[in-house]
Amino acid sequence: MKLVETEEEKILADSARTLLDRSAPIGKLRQMRDAGRTNEPELWQEMAAAGWSGILVPEEYGGSAMGHAAANVLAREMGRNLTVSSFISTAVIAAGVLRSVETDVACDRLSQLAAGTLTYALAIDEASKFDPSKVEMTAEPRGNGYILSGQKVFVADGCNANRILLLARSPDGLCLFDLEKSLPGLTQQEVQMIDSRDVAEFSFENVEVTGETLVGRPGEGLTLLSPALQAGQAALAAEATGLAEAAFGMTTGYLKERKQFGVPIGSFQALQHRAAHLWCEIEVTSSAVLNAGRMLDQDPQNAALAVSVAKARATETAQRVVQEGVQMHGGIGMTDAFDMGFYMKRARVSAEWLGDYGYHAAIVANLRGF
Amino acid sequence: MAEAQSDGEEPLAEFRSNVRDWLEQHCPTEMRDGASGEDAICWGGTRWSFTSTAQEQWLRVCAERGFTVPTWPKAYGGAGLTRDEDKVLKDEMRKIGARSPLDSFGIWMLGPALLKFGTEEQKLHYLPPIARGEIRWCQGYSEPGAGSDLAGVQTLGVDDGDHWTVTGQKIWTSYADHADWIFALIRTDREAPKHLGISFLLIDMRSAGVSTKPIQLISGSSPFCETYFDAVEVPKEQVVGKVNRGWDVAKYLLTHEREMISNGGQVMGAGRPLGAVLQDSETGHSDPILLAKAMQAEVDSLALEMTLERYKDQAECGQGVGDASAMLKYMGTELNKRRLELVMELGGSLELSWSSDASPNWLRTKANSIEGGTSEVMLSIISRRILGLPG
Repeated sequence: MKLVETEEEKILADSARTLLDRSAPIGKLRQMRDAGRTNEPELWQEMAAAGWSGILVPEEYGGSAMGHAAANVLAREMGRNLTVSSFISTAVIAAGVLRSVETDVACDRLSQLAAGTLTYALAIDEASKFDPSKVEMTAEPRGNGYILSGQKVFVADGCNANRILLLARSPDGLCLFDLEKSLPGLTQQEVQMIDSRDVAEFSFENVEVTGETLVGRPGEGLTLLSPALQAGQAALAAEATGLAEAAFGMTTGYLKERKQFGVPIGSFQALQHRAAHLWCEIEVTSSAVLNAGRMLDQDPQNAALAVSVAKARATETAQRVVQEGVQMHGGIGMTDAFDMGFYMKRARVSAEWLGDYGYHAAIVANLRGF
Repeated sequence: MAEAQSDGEEPLAEFRSNVRDWLEQHCPTEMRDGASGEDAICWGGTRWSFTSTAQEQWLRVCAERGFTVPTWPKAYGGAGLTRDEDKVLKDEMRKIGARSPLDSFGIWMLGPALLKFGTEEQKLHYLPPIARGEIRWCQGYSEPGAGSDLAGVQTLGVDDGDHWTVTGQKIWTSYADHADWIFALIRTDREAPKHLGISFLLIDMRSAGVSTKPIQLISGSSPFCETYFDAVEVPKEQVVGKVNRGWDVAKYLLTHEREMISNGGQVMGAGRPLGAVLQDSETGHSDPILLAKAMQAEVDSLALEMTLERYKDQAECGQGVGDASAMLKYMGTELNKRRLELVMELGGSLELSWSSDASPNWLRTKANSIEGGTSEVMLSIISRRILGLPG
C-alpha cells in the first residue's frame, strides 16, 4: 500500500476534526486544568459512539477494526487539539493486548472496551526513563496466583482507568497482568503533571492476585506486550506530529499578523527561513509516521524500525516546533493566557512517555547494524 | 484495496517476466556489478570513449529497446512504459545489479522540458539522439553575476533576422568541455522585467565563438566549466517555448533538477551505510559523541527515505510534487553533507589523504547545497510559496 493518505483516511481525519473542534477544542484543556479535572467521561462516550475506542477491536466484538494507520489519523487529530483522552492507553495498547489473547475473559473485556465502558492504564516504568526490560517489580508465585511487590511511576491515565496492565518480574521472567484497581495492598497517588493530564504512581505491597490475572504464560510478558506497545508508540508519534502541526500553524499565523517596524515580522528572512525549516522537519516526520502505520497494518513482525524512527523523529520535531513557537511569538508566547505553553508542556511529556529520543534511536541503531 | 491491486497485477507479472528474460539475454556480465559511481557512468555523446565493449554493447541494446529512457514515447526513442512498468524494469535491473545504460542531462533535464514545451519537430529532432546516447547536452544557466538571482542572466541574444547573435559568459556549466550541445537561458529583451525577457535557446557547442574552460574544485576534480559565447549565431528555430518566456521552461526544469539532486545517488545512496562505516572505524563505538551523531543521522536518513518514497507515491497518484521539491532538495543535501562529515570523522586520519575514498566525496558534497539552488533559496521558496509568508 502506498505512502499516501487514502480517501478513507482523509474522510476519517475530517470527521475527527469536526468532532474534536465541537467537543474538545483546545480551550477544553484549559477549562479542565482550571477546574482540576483530568477526566472527561462524556467525551469518551462520544468517541466510543464514533467507533474510536474500538478502532483496533474486531467487528465481532463491537469494534470498528480500522487498523493502525487509522488509529494514527485519530491520534494526530487529538494532538492538534491537545485532546485529553485514554485513546492510546485503552484503544491502542490495551485493545492490542486483549485481541492477541483469545480467552473468553479477554474477548468480553474487548467488547466492553469498544463500547466505551472499560478503560485501561499501562504500568511499566519504575524509574525516570522508559525501559520495559529493566522492570524489577516482583511477581512471586504463591499457590495458583502471585504476590506483587514494588512501585510503578508515570502511569498515564492511571487515576481514571478502570483496570491496569502491569509488567512485573517472576522467576520465569517478565509477566503481564490484567488487574482491577481495588486490591488490598495497592495504593494510588495522583501526580500533578505539567501537561495537566492524568498520571498516577502505584505502590504494591504484597498484593495477592489470582492466576487468572496473568495474561498469556509466565515469562511471556514482554513478547505479548511488544506489538501493542509499538502500536502505542506509533500513535503517540502521530499525536506529537499533530501537536507540532498545530503549534506551527499558530506560529505562521502570528508571523503574518504581528507587525513590528511597520511590517509583518514574517517578512523578515531570519524568521522565514526558520519557519521554512520547521515545515521541512514536520513533512519528514509525517512521512515516518505514515510509514509506521502502514508497517503495523501490513507487516507487524517487521514494524519495529519504522515505529522507532517515527517516535524518535516526532519527539524531536514536536519539541523543536514548540520551542521555536514560543521564541517567534515573543513575550506573549510566555504567557499562560496564550495556548503555546500547553503545547510545549505536552510535547515534553509525550517525549518521555513510551520511550524518549535516545531509547528509540538506540533501537534504530541496533536494527541498522551499529 | 487488495482487489484494486490485483487488477493490475496480471499484465505487470507478464511484463516482469518478459523484462527478466530480456535482461538475462542482453545485459553483459560486466555490466552486472551494481556499480553506480562516477567511474561506472556512461554519459554518451560524440566525444565519449566507452570504458569497455560491454558498456558500448549495453547502451546499444538498451537504446534499441527504448530502455535508456523507458517512459518516453516510442516515437522519441523511449519504450512508452507506464510508471508501474518502469518501476518493474528498475526493480529487475537492480536485482541483477545492472548498471544504468546511459545517464545524461539530456535525459534528466532537457528531455522533460522538450516533452512539455517543445514543438513536434523539435521533439523528433532532438530527443532520439539523446535516447541513443549520441548527443551529450550541458546546461547553461548560472552566470558570474547570476547565481541565486538566476533570472538576472545577462548573456545577450540580439535579434539578427533569421538568427540570434549570442554574446556573454556562463559559469558552473557541468561537463561543458565534454558536451555537444548546450541549453541556455539567454536575455532576448533587455527592456522587459527580468523574468519576461529570457529565452530558452539550444546551441551547438561546435558553433563559431563558443569556448569552454574547466574550473578546478576543492575536491580536486573539474566537473564544471566556464562557457564563453562570442557573437555565436543561433538559428531562430532553436528556441524552446515562446521567445521571452524561457523562464517558464527554466522553472519547470529546475523543479526536475531539485528532485534529481535530492533523489539521486549523490544523496541517499552516497557511499556505504553509516552502520558499516562505524563497524570498521577504530573509534566509532568508544566515542559517545560520535556514536550519538551517527545514530541521529541514521534516524534522519530513514525518515527522509520515507519522505522520498511518499512523494514518489504521491506523484504516481497524480499529485504533483511542485514546490515541495525545494524541501526534498534542502533536506537531502544538508543530510548528505552531515553524513560525509561523519564518515570523515569516523575514519579519522586514515581518510585525510587524497587516496582515501571519502575525502573527495566529502568535499564534493559541499556543492550539493549550492548547485541547483542554494539551501537558502530553497527555504525562501518554501516560505513564500508554501507558507505564504509576506515579501
